[in-house]
Amino acid sequence: MLDVIKTIPIEYYVYLSSLLFCIGVFGVLIRRNAIVVLMCVELMLNAVNLMLAAFSTYLSDAQGQIMVFFIMVVAAAEAAVGLGILVMIFRNTKTTDIYKLDKLKF
Amino acid sequence: MSLTVFLILGLASVIFSLLMVFTKNPVHSVIFLILTFFSIAGQYVLLNAQFLAVVHIIVYAGAIMVLFLFVLMLLNLNTDAEPRQSSRWKLGAAIAAGMLLVTLVGALKGGIQLNMPEESNPYVGLAQNLGKSLFTDFVVPFEIAGILFLAAMVGAVLLAKRDVKI
Repeated sequence: MLDVIKTIPIEYYVYLSSLLFCIGVFGVLIRRNAIVVLMCVELMLNAVNLMLAAFSTYLSDAQGQIMVFFIMVVAAAEAAVGLGILVMIFRNTKTTDIYKLDKLKF
Repeated sequence: MSLTVFLILGLASVIFSLLMVFTKNPVHSVIFLILTFFSIAGQYVLLNAQFLAVVHIIVYAGAIMVLFLFVLMLLNLNTDAEPRQSSRWKLGAAIAAGMLLVTLVGALKGGIQLNMPEESNPYVGLAQNLGKSLFTDFVVPFEIAGILFLAAMVGAVLLAKRDVKI
């Protein structure tokens, strides 16, 4: 496993994580269920994590992986609070369709 | 050898994430997202970040996705009740995401003229090294992350509780 930085160029990791990030953006744009939108946001966070870990290994620097841990902390807190908000919205409006949630629209 | 493993894992993660976006049933979306997370964990093992891979599986596949599944079960959304977007909107979303991809790749490709070391330190991703770094250089952000977790826990309980008097 140690020959990874000699056999795989760092560009491949950039391409892969950019592709995953854009799939996440695409999912946020086309899905209407708010829970699936939150899942696509998780996918985008994971794409960023992958790029940080790749650069951390290629530069032999632990700080990138520490950053990944903090992103995981924020993702877990965001999922908990976001799903709590969604449960409350569903209790009041009986739907999680984001097109029905336009009460704040002027 | 490494390149083959990288290509297989990368292809698997892209295919599973596309299936996650396009499948109709939200429960199947959760399952495909878990498979995507497992292939990303394989990438971490390939990158010699073993501790990160284990934490990734425990936190994402073990905690966050179970939370999503529980909410889907409680709200009883496992049927195909989601209305379809119009195909014009889908085409626009595909064009927007593709242009973002072109921009990201173009911007990041030019920025990688770093002078990378030839030899990688194989001990960077181990728990000993990461723990030392986390408790010396990053001890203040670590404590702040703990406070963030406490606030998120209190907020989630308060939000999901019925008939709370504030």
